[in-house]
Parts: sequence; structure tokens; C-alpha cells
Amino acid sequence: MTLAGLLDAALGRLDWNALPFWEMVTHPNASSIINGLIASGAAGIMVLGTLVTIWALTRHRLWGMLWRDWLTSLDHKKIGIMYVMLAFVMLARALAEASVMRTQQAVGLGGGFLSPEHFGQLFSTHGTIMIFFMAMPFLTGVINFVMPLQIGARDVAFPLLNSVSLALTAAGAALVMASLLFTPFSTGGWSGYPPFTETGYSPDVGPDYWIWAVTLSSLGTTLAGMNFAVTIYKKRAPGMTMFRMPLFCWTALCVSILMIFAMPPLTLATSMLALDRYLGFHFFTNTGGGDPMLYANMFWLFGHPEVYILILPAFGVYSEVISTLSGKKLYGYTSLALATICIAVLSFTVWVHHFFTMGQSASLNAVFGIATMLIGIPTGVKVYDWMLTLYRGRVRLGVPMIYAAGFLMLFVIGGATGIVLANPSLDYVTHNTLFLVAHFHNMLIPGLLFGMLAAYAFWFPKAFGFRLEEKWGRRAAVSWIAGFILAFFPLYGLGLLGMPRRTVAFFEPAYLPFTLIALVGAGLVLFAFGCLVAQLVVSIRERDDRRVPVGDPWDGRSLEWSIPAPAPEWNFAVLPQVETRDPFTEAKEQGRAYRSPEDYEDIEMPRNSAIGPIVGVAGFACAFGLVWYMWWLAISGALLSLGAMLARGFARDTVRIIPAAEVREAHESWLAMVRATPRIPRHEENTPANLGHAIPASQEEQS
Amino acid sequence: MGTGFSPLFSAPCFPLSHAGMRRYQLHLKGSGDRPKAGSKERCELEAAHCVSSAVQYAKWLCQWLSVTAAFLLLSGCRVESFLDPQGPVAAQQRTHFWQVTALMALVVLPVLTLTPWLLWRYRDRGGADYEPRWGFSRGWEIALWGGPALVVAALAVLLWVNTTRLDPYAPLASDANSLRVQAVGYDWKWLFLYPDLGIASVDLLAFPARRPLEIELTSATVMQSFFVPALGSQVYAMGGMSTWLHLGADAPGRFRGENSQYNGEGFHMQKFEAVAMDEAAFEGWARNAATASALDTAALDALEQKGVASDLAYALDRPSDEILFGGLPDDLFAQVMAETAKAPMAPHDMAAGR
Repeated sequence: MTLAGLLDAALGRLDWNALPFWEMVTHPNASSIINGLIASGAAGIMVLGTLVTIWALTRHRLWGMLWRDWLTSLDHKKIGIMYVMLAFVMLARALAEASVMRTQQAVGLGGGFLSPEHFGQLFSTHGTIMIFFMAMPFLTGVINFVMPLQIGARDVAFPLLNSVSLALTAAGAALVMASLLFTPFSTGGWSGYPPFTETGYSPDVGPDYWIWAVTLSSLGTTLAGMNFAVTIYKKRAPGMTMFRMPLFCWTALCVSILMIFAMPPLTLATSMLALDRYLGFHFFTNTGGGDPMLYANMFWLFGHPEVYILILPAFGVYSEVISTLSGKKLYGYTSLALATICIAVLSFTVWVHHFFTMGQSASLNAVFGIATMLIGIPTGVKVYDWMLTLYRGRVRLGVPMIYAAGFLMLFVIGGATGIVLANPSLDYVTHNTLFLVAHFHNMLIPGLLFGMLAAYAFWFPKAFGFRLEEKWGRRAAVSWIAGFILAFFPLYGLGLLGMPRRTVAFFEPAYLPFTLIALVGAGLVLFAFGCLVAQLVVSIRERDDRRVPVGDPWDGRSLEWSIPAPAPEWNFAVLPQVETRDPFTEAKEQGRAYRSPEDYEDIEMPRNSAIGPIVGVAGFACAFGLVWYMWWLAISGALLSLGAMLARGFARDTVRIIPAAEVREAHESWLAMVRATPRIPRHEENTPANLGHAIPASQEEQS
Repeated sequence: MGTGFSPLFSAPCFPLSHAGMRRYQLHLKGSGDRPKAGSKERCELEAAHCVSSAVQYAKWLCQWLSVTAAFLLLSGCRVESFLDPQGPVAAQQRTHFWQVTALMALVVLPVLTLTPWLLWRYRDRGGADYEPRWGFSRGWEIALWGGPALVVAALAVLLWVNTTRLDPYAPLASDANSLRVQAVGYDWKWLFLYPDLGIASVDLLAFPARRPLEIELTSATVMQSFFVPALGSQVYAMGGMSTWLHLGADAPGRFRGENSQYNGEGFHMQKFEAVAMDEAAFEGWARNAATASALDTAALDALEQKGVASDLAYALDRPSDEILFGGLPDDLFAQVMAETAKAPMAPHDMAAGR
């Protein structure tokens, strides 16, 4: 075999025509040039961003720090921050894709600039990225950072597994990014329905990219779910019973259970599709006894609990934000906890509502429709409980509260349209239209995304030791709210007028005003994202003006606010003894906060480990090899992954001891600084006087 | 920042109205310099601009909305929707839709009105009552769980009744005989077979008004969804199996039909016309269709090629707005189902290259 032949075989089905500019160069015409420029531009931004990052790290000699302090760290706080950073990067890409689609639909009467093939890839990557590589990492990161602190633990139950979960998710994200350069991605949507995604109708690499990216992500999520559940069950501080946990931890627990039970149907469904595509099986094909309806059932058996995985952490964040920024105990704690459990359980009983029009009997549809509406009851209770938390509180309209206010009003509208869709008879005229698209964006943006952005604003000071700048934060929040309304409320109208989803162009002039308004909304959303970037840049530049070393900038109620900011590696110098809900507020009100502990002990922390990054790289290699039929790469990646895990089994020296003297010194010097720092009332929360030492809101003198 | 600068790009708030821009520039001219960043003057100016911009923005938005509403109303373009029902199925769905909306308003409006009020009334340093430890009230619990439960119970009754009545598989209540049509979804066109009349058409579903229409559906390719918004329900069409749909039109008219389940590059063009006709007109149409040439294997092969109706018309040398066939093989529908479930992918279905 010649060298060229060997190289050709090694590259599998990867060929020059995978590059985004190939079509434009070999078959130039107006459409291929415009679409080629857009696709190449996107790939170019990705490549350039990667190169600039590598250059910056090299120039500032940060590789060592990156490897030591971040990539191999098993600290749940660092892992949480890395998850959130991944989410923000993927959010940028998915927002760009949304903007291109919105622009196309604004000019899409009778045609437009985007080819149908390009549009097909855009809506598929947009959905896949937003769900698997923006929302899931964001919420996993927030839970990772916050939950162990709130339950008074030093770390999660399985720190190495935590690192591996992050690596698998990042590998899936990298695969989707790689599809920008080595095209095409799937055009089958984020749900990947066969037989359209079977080889007979999509013989290209697209659905394979989708299958392996989603598989990597779902494996990471399943492991993270197990980790969080065990942490909450086994690692709570002494005295913290389940009903003394902050509400956010209740939602984290229910999310973890959902992750454990909901991800496997997805992994199975995509694996079965992979067997169809790679080995000619007939699970979901039209021929050979296959049945696509089986895929629909399996996918949505995952898909419905998935959307509750997405929303429950946001509900937890709102509970924390609303009670803290109202200076008031959360109303209806027990109801909220029970409602969360109800929602989690019920979420497994409603999946058929995603395909009411697939020909099931009326009574079957009706049963699932009623089950779907039942979830509205605990959700409604939650909304009213949050409103009752505001009642007779002292509400501060900080950035997290702006998001919460937008959420309360917009989410119930989305819930109402969800009830419309829950009725099979109405679903028959709204299914697969933009009404459905508007509904789920109405739940995900004001629900999930605002919750995560509120969490980012709320816990950023704890993570990094300084507050975020408020003005840009407010601009971002208001622009997100206005942008969402303008971008998605017209879609309700379009859906009621019968416009289908996933449609690149349309022929009804009456749709045009709606798509134009939606474009303005998309522009506002991009502006909002820009405000977030500006906020971060300004905050970092002016961080010395906003340091909060005492660690309690919001007059927080739970344990995470009782430790320094940024939080020390070991979280708590001495594990707290908990006796009530809102333990930190109780301590502050009774003057027990910031007391020197009697005794310090040695603290055992896990050593860094390279297993995470290795599994990530190996996972990416395996997936990329599977996509392009580069079997040597796929096998090597799989073996490397397995080998790394086996090697870890022989590792002996996996913990390090931090001596009690070191802990004592760090903690006592911080306590001395705390005692020398003046406490501030809430109306000085956004001033440089806020060093993180709070007069509890209930003890503030107000005229 | 000069006078010629577009208002959209000026700081500090977006969008800045013309009035706001003029005020800002007058201030610049008056003071000769921008107030220092972070200074009280600057903060006040920016706050004032934010408020005035927001007001101007709201006004601009209202103007834009009323212009587009006027455009919609005056343009005379008919917008097809179940909200303007042309048949009994859509009419019942519209009624149900407004009932659900009204019930949900009971749940939603309190939140929309009370939340802003709560945020304002109980603002920090607003002087209202403050109860930091109030976290439970039995009365509220009963109301909060009970209220939504009652609403959901009412909705559940409506749901059950409407879902059973509007089952796509259930024949419409009518004295008149139903017309039987079989629909086959291709990439990217619909073939409508009239087995009792021995005719077929592509992308044109002609049927008599005021008589129930009974459609049996299948797909010759991937999952599709048959939808005529003005008449009501949609239903999936899938390969190797059949589904059913019952619709009707109250009066003669032309209605837009579409596929709502994405099936590739030509998806957005897979539209068809559903035309309800008077009995006499329909008989005339059927007689005319019977004179067209038969649906033979050549035509069936052409149908299986990827393309829209106009591509098919070109291939078969027919007028593209009316592709009719005056003769069908027996049991063609069953044959298509069997073949889709049995045949390996034909070579022309595999895309060339990668």
C-alpha cells in the first residue's frame, strides 16, 4: 500500500469536501458563496478563538497554572466554574446561530439567503448545543459549586468522577465545535427522529456527529447525577436533616434522581440508532421490522424528564434569590420541597404529549394530557409561594431579583400555553408549529436561562471574591427580558396562523410583520449578551473596588455565605453544626456568626488527577473516529480511556493532608479581618462600602 | 458623538430617542464636557435618559405594532388558522382554545398584576410591614394547592370531552356519505388517491364541501405530518403503516395544506391545496381527472424521485398546477405501504458523495 493510500485509509471518510468552503470553491454560485461564507466565517471564528486562546496562554506562561490549578483539580468549585465557562462559550455560538436563523426568516418570504441544507444544520446545532452543551453544563456547574457549600460539605462524594463528568461533557462540546470545520452536522433536529436520521435518508456524517456528541454528554450527566445524589444523601453537615437543607439542595437532589433515571433511555435510543447506522440493524428503519415510533417513545421518555432537569435547578435558584433579596424566610418551605418531588415524579408520566399526533387512541392521549396538566399544580404552588415570599419582605431589586421578577411574570404565560398544548385536541392544531417553539423557549429562557444568569450574578462574588458591576448587569437583565418578549411572543401568533417550525422560507405575506419583530428581539438578545460580556470585563478591571473578602455581600441565609470569598479550598475550616433552616441568618441574628472554633483538625483533600483530561481527550478522539470511520482513532481513544481508568485503580497516593495549623492560621487571620470590617445595611449593598459583612436585614433600623 | 450620529448607537441606553439625543447634546454643549463616569451628575443623567429612552422606546414599539396590525387588517390577505375555522373540527378546537385560555387567565392574571405590585409595595426602605419570619399559613396552603387543583379539574373535564370527540380516527357526525381519500407522503409532495373513483392527484386535495372527508395516510419515505390549518387537526404519516384523519369543510373554499414534520431540503415547499367544492363541481372535477393518463409505473418511479410537485410535472410533462391521473392500480395504497416496509433503499434514494 502506498503512503497516500495509507493516509487515505487512515482518514476514513474524511475528505476535502468536509471543509465548509469546499462547495463554494468547487461549485460557485450565489447560494453556495453566501452560505459558504457564513459557514466558513463561523469555522474561522472558532479556529481563530482557539488559536488566540493558545497564544494568550503561551504568552503569559499560563499552561502550568491551567493544568495544575484547573484542569487536573478535583475541587468541586473549580469544576463548577469550568462547567459554567463552557456554558457561556456555547451560549455565544448558539445565540449566533439563532440570530442567523431569525435573520433568514425575517427575509424568508419566498426565499431568503440561507440554503435549506444550511438552515437544517443551524436548527439542529442550535437545539443540541442549547440543551446539551449550554443548559446542562450551566446547571451542573451551578449545582457543583453551590450544593456542597450549602450542605456544609468539603466536596462532592466522588471528586474524580466529577472531573470525568466535566471532561465527557467538554468532549461532546468539542465534537460539535469540530463539526464547524469538518462539516456537515445533522439536519435532523436536536431530537434526531428516524427514519430521517437513518442511513437511507441521511447517509452523511451529520447524524453520527449528533449521536456521539449526545452520547458523551449523556454519559457525563448520568455520572454527575449519581455524584450529586450520593453527596446530598451522605455528605450533609452534622445536624442538617433533609428538611433543614436549603431549597436549592432539594431541587438539586430531585434533578440528580432525574438525571440517573432519564439519561439511560437517551443513551439507549442513540445507541440503537448507531447500531442501525453502523451495523445495518433495523430498530427504527421502515424496513426489516423496524419501527420509528419506538424511537419517539424512548427519546421522549428521556426528553420529558430532561426538561424538568433543566428547570428544577432554576426553581432552586429563584427560591434562594427571592428569599435572600427580600430579607425574608422562604414562604412554604415544606410545600416547595413536596412540590419539587411531585414535579420530579410526575415528569416520568407524561412523555406521550410530545407526539399526540402520532395516531394513538383518544383515551391514551387524554390520560397523558391530564397527567401533563397535573404538573401545573405543584408548579403553580411554587410561583405563588415565591410571591408570598415577596409579601411583607424588604425587596431589593438587585440583578438576580430582576431576573426573578421577569421569570415570575413570563414563566406563567409559558405555563398557560403549555396547558393549551397539553390538550390533545388543541395540540392537533399547534403541534410542530411555531406555537410549540414559542412555548418551550418561554419555559427555557425566562425559566432556565434567567435562573442560571441570576445564579451567576448571585454566587459570582463567592466564587471570585469580588462583586459584579451592577449597571451593565441591569442592562443585560432588562435587555434579556425585552429581547425575549419581542423575539418569541410573535412566534405564538405565527404558530396559531399555522406556520410550521424548522421552516427556512415561507409563502404567506401575513407572516412577515411577525418575523420582523422577532428579528428585532433577536438583536436585543445579542445586545443583552454583549452587556454580560461588558459586565465581566468591567468587573474584572475594577475588581479591587468591589472586593468582598468577608464573603456575605447579599446578607445570605445559608452556609455558603459564612465562609470567605473567594471560598477556600477546604470550604469550611471546621464543619458546621446545623440546628435550623437558614442556619447563617439564625447565627447572625443571635450573634453567633464568625466565632473562632474551639478545635482545628487536619483536613483530607483529594490530590489533583490527570484522569479527567485524559478521558476527555480520549473520548473526543473515540467519537471523532467513529464519526469519520477512522477506526484506528476510535479504538485508540476507547482503549486510552479504559486504560486510564484501570491505571487509576492502582493509584495509592490520592489524598493530601492539610495540617490543622495551616487551617488555623488561614481561618484566624480571616476572622480577625472580619472583626475589623464594619457591617453594612442593605441599601449600601451596591457601594464600595460592601466588603461582605452584613447587618442581617431583620435587625436593620428602618424608618 | 455628533449630531449626525444615528440614535441607535449612542450611549448610555438603547435605544435613545431623538428627543433624548437632543437633550444629551444640549447638555454637552452647556457643560462643555461629559460628566465624569461614576459621578452623581452622570448617574442622574444616565438614569434620566434610561427612563426617557424606555418611554420613547415603548412609544415607538406601540407605533410599530399598530402599523403592522393595520397592515394585517387592511392588506386583505386572508390568514388561515383554526381561529378562523372553515370546518366543524377546527370550529370545535377554536371553542376549546378560548375556554382553556379563559380558565388559564384565572391563574395567570393574578401573577401578572400582583407581582409588580408586590415588588413596589414591599421594596426595601418603602415603609411597608415587614415579617421576616413568616413562612407558613394553613389558609394560604389550602388556597394555593386547592385553587390550581380546581382549575386543573375543570380543564381535565374539558380535555376528556374534547379529546374523545376530536379523535382524528373518529368519523364526523353527519348524515351525508363520507368521501374516502388515501394520502401518500413523498419527499416533497403529497399523492392523493381516490380509490372509489379511480383517480389521483398530486398536491391537490379536491373534495365535496359539507360531506365528511375520510383520509387514510401513509408515507413512502420518512415521518411526515398532514396539516390543513383552516380545517383542523393534523396527523402523522409514517412508512409501512397507516393512520386516519377525519375532516370536513362547511362551505366551498381553497385552503392551504402543509407538512409540518421536517423531512429535508424541500420540507418548506411541501405545501398543497385542499379545495372544498360544491357537489356538482366536484363531480365535474372527478370526471375531468378520469380523462388524464393513468398512474403507471413510470409515474410511480417519478414520484419517488426527490423533488416538489413542479419537478414531478416537468418529469411527466404535465401542467404543474394540476397533476392528475385517470387510472390507478388496484390496492396501490396497500402496495406502497408494503413496499416501504420491505424494499431495501433504492439507489436513487442514496445521496451521492459523502
